[in-house]
Amino acid sequence: MKEVKCDCGHVNPIGTILCESCGKVLEEKEKDKKLLDMRYEGSARRSQTYNKTIIDKIWNFFSSVKVGVWLIVITLIASAIGTILPQEMYIPPIMPAEEYYEDQYGWIGKLYYDLGFHNLYSSWWYLILIASIGISLVICSLDRVVPLYRALKKQRVSRHESYLKRQRVFGASQAEDTDQAFAMAKEKLKSKKYSIREEDGNILAEKGRFSRWGPYVNHVGLIIFLIGGMLRFVPGMYVDKILWIREGETKVIPETNGEYYLKNDGFILEMYDKEKDKEVFEEAIDKAGMVAKNYQSNVTLYKKKGDTVAGEEAELEKVKDYEIKVNKPLRFERFALYQVDYKLNELNKMSFALTNKKTGEEYGDLTVDLNDPQDVYDLGNGYKAEVVSYFPDFEFDENGEPITKSRVPNNPAFVFKMFTPDKPDGEISFVAIRQTIEPFGDNEYKMAFKGIDTKNVSALTVRKDLTLWIFALGGVIFMVGVAQGSYWNHRRIWLRRVNGEVWVAGHTNKNWHGLKREIEAALDGTGIKVPEDQLQNQSEKKG
Amino acid sequence: MVTISSNLLYTAFILYLIATVFFAGSIKDKNRTKKGPNRWAAIGLWISIIGFAAQLGYFITRWIAAGHAPVSNLFEFTTFFGMSLVGAFIVIYLIYKTPILGVFTLPVAVLMIAYASMFPREVSPLIPALQSDWLHIHVTTAAVGQAILAVSFAAGLIYLVKSVDQTKQSKQRFWLEAIMFGLVCTLGFIIISSSFSAAGYKAEFNWIDKNGQEAVLEYHMPALTGPNEGQLTTEGKFEPLAEMPAIINAKKLNTVIWSLASGIILYLALRLILRKRIGAALQPLAKNINLDLVDEIGYRSVLIGFPVFTLGALIFAMIWAQIAWTRFWGWDPKEVWALITFLFYAAYLHLRLSKGWHGEKSAWLAVIGFIIIMFNLVAVNLVIAGLHSYAG
Repeated sequence: MKEVKCDCGHVNPIGTILCESCGKVLEEKEKDKKLLDMRYEGSARRSQTYNKTIIDKIWNFFSSVKVGVWLIVITLIASAIGTILPQEMYIPPIMPAEEYYEDQYGWIGKLYYDLGFHNLYSSWWYLILIASIGISLVICSLDRVVPLYRALKKQRVSRHESYLKRQRVFGASQAEDTDQAFAMAKEKLKSKKYSIREEDGNILAEKGRFSRWGPYVNHVGLIIFLIGGMLRFVPGMYVDKILWIREGETKVIPETNGEYYLKNDGFILEMYDKEKDKEVFEEAIDKAGMVAKNYQSNVTLYKKKGDTVAGEEAELEKVKDYEIKVNKPLRFERFALYQVDYKLNELNKMSFALTNKKTGEEYGDLTVDLNDPQDVYDLGNGYKAEVVSYFPDFEFDENGEPITKSRVPNNPAFVFKMFTPDKPDGEISFVAIRQTIEPFGDNEYKMAFKGIDTKNVSALTVRKDLTLWIFALGGVIFMVGVAQGSYWNHRRIWLRRVNGEVWVAGHTNKNWHGLKREIEAALDGTGIKVPEDQLQNQSEKKG
Repeated sequence: MVTISSNLLYTAFILYLIATVFFAGSIKDKNRTKKGPNRWAAIGLWISIIGFAAQLGYFITRWIAAGHAPVSNLFEFTTFFGMSLVGAFIVIYLIYKTPILGVFTLPVAVLMIAYASMFPREVSPLIPALQSDWLHIHVTTAAVGQAILAVSFAAGLIYLVKSVDQTKQSKQRFWLEAIMFGLVCTLGFIIISSSFSAAGYKAEFNWIDKNGQEAVLEYHMPALTGPNEGQLTTEGKFEPLAEMPAIINAKKLNTVIWSLASGIILYLALRLILRKRIGAALQPLAKNINLDLVDEIGYRSVLIGFPVFTLGALIFAMIWAQIAWTRFWGWDPKEVWALITFLFYAAYLHLRLSKGWHGEKSAWLAVIGFIIIMFNLVAVNLVIAGLHSYAG
């Protein structure tokens, strides 16, 4: 590799624009400029130096901030498009998405669906955009941070005249007593928390260099964050299940390998009450009608004790009681259970009496647990009812046959076979809510409806997310980096003696107003003239 | 307590208006003997600080009355945004001492608070999802971040008012005037809706919604656009000029039309009085300001605001979403628009640092950034429904 040796004796890597050590301009085309381009300290960036192989070309493409900004802008526009209509996950499940969009939003909805915008954020092209931003982050950062680090580490105190002269803040003047003026300025700069380096009687005052690493630190944070997103796709890292659990029911918690069980001790729904709650809410409650106050499931968490053979009832050990509310999930091991939904008054039990239709005489009651019906209910004295078929969510299909839509007892129906001493072969009766069908002609007995018993059901989201700490780490690093880069400035002030004159130059990565004020304060009383802002002078001459 | 609270807000509102006048006066003041802000500006600053304190009083008393931080609905949030904007202005003013920043920031804050009061103002109880300490942590941080970013909008506007050539026709001149017109329309909306609400205008309609259900809709402005198959049931009120299909929200469209119309009338009146563009009329206010300084104020505000915004609107938001909604990110429209804001200011910073987009380009970006923030505040709550629709 060819290297560039500067007049000062420092050997710079190829492609260097400003000597890392003394700051002399090495690049021919930079020499005519009135002010130096101080970005990345004029260091040799790979992307600006090589452009031969395919790897160079890819590197150069992704290392360009222009490309990065385009990627950001395209992602921004794409994200905005995704909010025009609701995404598929937010539409009510009343009909298939394909019909829903056209039905609700007309041809715009159809177009939106056809273009795949209903699932925009998980579309392949959106993911490619995000991935490209990730690649751009890595390459952009590497391309700049390494040479920048070198340049700032190798910098000398006595910078080349051509370097100082072409700083934005620069001034040359005579001082009566240079030594004294320098000593005074040094003290003042020290009190402003500058670290001072001296060489041949020249001064470099520098502070806040670490703010230059802010952008790279926050990019590392973002990359870690994106890696967290990728890990979501690894099986076992992320669990998203829903657990519907009735009051009184004990269920195994999914994805816990049968280790944990949950019992629902009761679901509570509370509404705000004008009488009981704060008076100030009265007007709002009047206006809204009903305002929900609390959704709560009281649960008991159990852990399985020892090993059990399949089919054997597990022996459970109570872990704890907990009230799961919105904003107050139940956490155990790496799981969290969230209150997300509920159903009030789901049918739970139905009671019937085996009755003689003519006399109305009853031969015993039976209660069917709609979630776990028995096969036969023996009423004694030779009376019994057999459940031949059970349809928890009954309707007739197109052939007129009874079917069940789901396993949830929304509309239970039974086919009973009633055995009595005088009808030992049994009578068949089809019993649903408010209807009884006797398919084989007139029966002598019927299952008379006695009553129902309802229960509330809680819906809990079962969540395990082993990637969370990665997102948290990425987020923290990002915030540190962004604060580091935003709230601190890297400021340098050079004081150099040149042929009996005092040259002062200043540079900052941002907030020039602050730098100028500090220089002004540092030079006050030293007799050294306050340097001028050459950029401002330029623009004022133009304007 | 609630009455004290509203009175304090009202006081703050008036004080901000007065402070604006003083800041404007400090620029017009010809007896500038010494460098730096003059007496008018000093008074303006004190009035702003007292106004801010009054509004802080409103915030605290309302918090005590409700038992939760008053940032739970559109009125409370927008008011808080206005207060944060004044707070951010005061801080930035103390660094840079530029009275003109007050002339542009305070009216925006005043507009914001006035706009906020067009929404239901009663103290509302918290639904279960909002019952968390993260409510005030997340919402206030996000609002403060947005408010600091909004200062860069004010700075951008000052930059453009000064730098855009008003004597020649240009795209810049047109768009600058368009921004002014937008602000005037907001004022139009506030004037027209508070006038109708002061007059107690109410007209009820029976109509058929898009699911074919009969429903009742109450208008608070005369209906120019009526709802689908709407029947006016309140006697003696204005019959709609046109009927909208069920898919369009006729009531909101009606409000938009009224606001636009009053905005246009107001704008034309202003043009008649001023005899020039609003941009041109404001130009003398900016004549003494250094463009580089304004540019730096804008940039500085973005630098200060961006981390705060990210912390409040993304990071705290994610933590809360993980607790309340089981996942830290769900592509809800409000979340997406917070991401868009984040991406936009990230692009702003990259363009500035690496592509040298300073000065006018930067000023335009600051203006667009503010439009995005306002879109997220207004449109995402009122037009695009999502989990964050607490507007009522």
